[in-house]
Amino acid sequence: MATLFGSGIKRREDPRLITGKATYTDDVKLPGLLYAAMLRSTYAHAKLNQVDVAKARKAAGVVAVYTGADVKDKLNTVPCAWNVPNCDLKVPPHPVLAVDKVRYVGDGIAMVVAESRAAARDALDLIDVDYDALDAVVDPEKAAAKGAPELHKEVPGNIAFTWKVAGGDTGKAFAEAAVRVEQRIVHNRLLPTAMEPRATCASYNAGTGQLTCWITSQNPHIHRFLLSVMTKLPEHRIRVIAPEVGGGFGSKIPGYPDEALVSFASMELGRPVKWTEDRSENYKVTIHGRDHVEYVELCGTKDGTITGLRTRVYAGLGGYASTAAPGIPTILHGLMYSGPYTIPNIEGTIYGVYTTTTPVDAYRGAGRPEATFLLERMIDLYARQIGMDPVDVRRKNLIPKDKFPYTVATGITYDSGNYQGALDKALQLIDYKKVRAEQAKARKEKRYLGIGVTTYCEICGLGPSQVAGAVGFGGGLYDSAIVRVYPTGVVRAYIGGKPHGQGEETTFAQIVADEFGIPVENVEVVAGDTEATPQGWGTYGSRTTAVCGSAVKVAAQRVKEKAKKIAAHLLEASEADLEWKEGKFVVKGSPDKGKSFGDLALMANVAWNMPPGVEPGLEATAFFDPSNFVYPFGTHICTVEVDVETGEVKILRYVAVDDCGPQINPMIVEGQVHGGVIQGLGEALQEMAVYDEDGQLLTGTMMDYAVPKASQMPKVETAHTVTPSPVNPLGVKGVGETGTIASVPTLVNAVCDALAPLGVTHIDKPLTPARVWAAIQQAKGGTP
Amino acid sequence: MKRTITLTVNGAPRSVEVEPRALLALVLRDQLDLTGTHIGCDTSQCGACTVHIDGRAVKSCTMLAVQAEGHAVTTIEGLAAKDRLHPLQQAFWDKHGLQCGFCTPGMIMTAADLLAHNPKPSEAEIRHALEGNLCRCTGYQNIVAAVQLAAGAR
Repeated sequence: MATLFGSGIKRREDPRLITGKATYTDDVKLPGLLYAAMLRSTYAHAKLNQVDVAKARKAAGVVAVYTGADVKDKLNTVPCAWNVPNCDLKVPPHPVLAVDKVRYVGDGIAMVVAESRAAARDALDLIDVDYDALDAVVDPEKAAAKGAPELHKEVPGNIAFTWKVAGGDTGKAFAEAAVRVEQRIVHNRLLPTAMEPRATCASYNAGTGQLTCWITSQNPHIHRFLLSVMTKLPEHRIRVIAPEVGGGFGSKIPGYPDEALVSFASMELGRPVKWTEDRSENYKVTIHGRDHVEYVELCGTKDGTITGLRTRVYAGLGGYASTAAPGIPTILHGLMYSGPYTIPNIEGTIYGVYTTTTPVDAYRGAGRPEATFLLERMIDLYARQIGMDPVDVRRKNLIPKDKFPYTVATGITYDSGNYQGALDKALQLIDYKKVRAEQAKARKEKRYLGIGVTTYCEICGLGPSQVAGAVGFGGGLYDSAIVRVYPTGVVRAYIGGKPHGQGEETTFAQIVADEFGIPVENVEVVAGDTEATPQGWGTYGSRTTAVCGSAVKVAAQRVKEKAKKIAAHLLEASEADLEWKEGKFVVKGSPDKGKSFGDLALMANVAWNMPPGVEPGLEATAFFDPSNFVYPFGTHICTVEVDVETGEVKILRYVAVDDCGPQINPMIVEGQVHGGVIQGLGEALQEMAVYDEDGQLLTGTMMDYAVPKASQMPKVETAHTVTPSPVNPLGVKGVGETGTIASVPTLVNAVCDALAPLGVTHIDKPLTPARVWAAIQQAKGGTP
Repeated sequence: MKRTITLTVNGAPRSVEVEPRALLALVLRDQLDLTGTHIGCDTSQCGACTVHIDGRAVKSCTMLAVQAEGHAVTTIEGLAAKDRLHPLQQAFWDKHGLQCGFCTPGMIMTAADLLAHNPKPSEAEIRHALEGNLCRCTGYQNIVAAVQLAAGAR
């Protein structure tokens, strides 16, 4: 029987999505439904004096209005759940509605609950807020400087943490190095922009004491826990349902005040309440990503051996520490400073800094894009300084394929890799020698072609729970599955992860169908309802296939082991004499004597003739905790032409060679790479969240924030190599974030390479025509 | 003051009482229970709410419901005959032209309008036609491939 593993079958989830029959959170309607709207601060930083809601309470259709004062004793503050150790982390209280102070434009001040969406919105305009404006500070480096306005009395100087990573002897390496390069890099703040805005619909039944909460969530079990903390309801009385979720990219991981407030309103009013943010509210309130100011130095020999890397990073956290925020620029960033290279000496100091801006948390790649970007940029600067081809420098420093598992200077151990293999394949696809020759010819014609290369590896498949605990993550990082076989031989797999576009309803069904030798149509994958699924930790960090998929595999294997016992009993044979063939357990040597999976499903569920000591039923639960993270890798190469008169960048070709181990469904893997690369190119070319000095978000709508459009983006040419991971039974690595991690430096390296003849060494992204043009003018010695 | 409007929705006559300020997108979703039409922004950039008015693609968040009085509205739920898929729906499925699916109804409605008026569009024409529909998941490549496939199947 042909296996489904490796087959690019069409997705199971699509029929409902292409016909408009899927149910997203805002589609949920309940009898007696009320609508909530939130009053948001219009000041970035202000003392909150009086919040007068008297007029709003009397408005037509309004059922209730709540302020910070009304809820502060009834709801707990919003927790931060990644308490990174050894960095003096300071997490000040984050009230669900502001009490005496607001700390960013969008900070919640009041909630209106009304009979209609419009009535709730209308009433917001009737609330009078008396503010005393305070100075804003939006830049993390400035916020960390002496004399900056302070956000929290508990955090003098705004420094939330000072985290250090060190391996080898970096001071000595730099002192002795023949070559040193340094660069200040600003990592632009980004708006995740899942196409579906966030929403919550809460329904509390006072009779049963049960709260049911539909949330746009990447991780319903984490939201159940966070809701329990905020609402003070015990966890077993809370059911979180994440129905169809329209993209997340990290923005639907955190616990937000909104879901606690909406739940509270339902508990107070005895009616269901729904809240849905609009896009402007999403841009102000839902977490942002990146926002680093980095000082980076790299040193090495004159012939291309990198000997040291040193960083000083100011990572903006926004007004409060969001759920996973402290772990992003530390564990998921600093520990990856070695990239795919053998850099013996590494030292990084990361300052987490509160600023009067929207909280910053995990955004696709979360810390690793920033690490890969700074490293890949520095390598290009170094290669240029020593006059070596950037590909040769990379090749010289890549970890050799026979050295895995390999422990890098930051102390983490990579599982497996063949970095040279992916590099060679990418060079061949782009025809590297030929494009370098074309570039040389073009330069003579005063045309500016550039070639950008990134060799990357990244940490994902989060991860071993023991490590999660050791690095302060407020939960486990195993995942789970129940595989339940029905009497008629059809199967449901209930999983702890929560796919929201990644296609695991299909790929996990492929795993199960293969194990049982049944058609994939006979398997349904169920996710997103805490009432049905075992404790899991959600979908982020490119973990779902590697960790939750492995749980599915293990649970299916357990089911099959039990089925084998039953088969042996029914066939009056010993288990040792049975083999699995063409979807049946057969007696070795007598292929006619067999029991199919369907036979065994029925016999197990009716239990008329079970082996002694074997319980009825046919299902198994597995909790899979990986022994290590997984480290996918690859090489991306991009060619560009830059119009030096206008600063416009035209992408000529984009080649992505990624290795995520064996691919369960190559069509889905390719789709993940496409989307990731384009999202990264958006970051590299055009996306940036901009605040003015007063802390007003200037890119507050889709008119101002440049999400990539179809007409602006190139085709991505994909290829892969296959290096299995030894840390899970499927051998798989993650692929959800690789595109976003690799494409950003690839594009920027290409543009800087194109402009090398003009003396341009670095341009801070996004590489808008204005920025590129200004960099050219500056390099020419003119004023930009 | 609410007003009653009559219009044709997915081929059937409908009468609905609406606030004059109510956007068509919200009336479709909240009052007519056609939640396949999505709302992804508030400035008419994202196109998730695209429907057909008398056969032309329109962002239903850019018009008031009262403006649809007397017109024929088609939403994603009414694009194909019952229990059948429109060639574009089939092509989006075949080509993996969607991931989270939130932009998909609007994307398909816009593409249907394109193919109705330009049956054999070039890749550049497809990408241009889809400029008003944002997708954050796919990078557009498989969406373009799906539209090309559907164009070939016509």
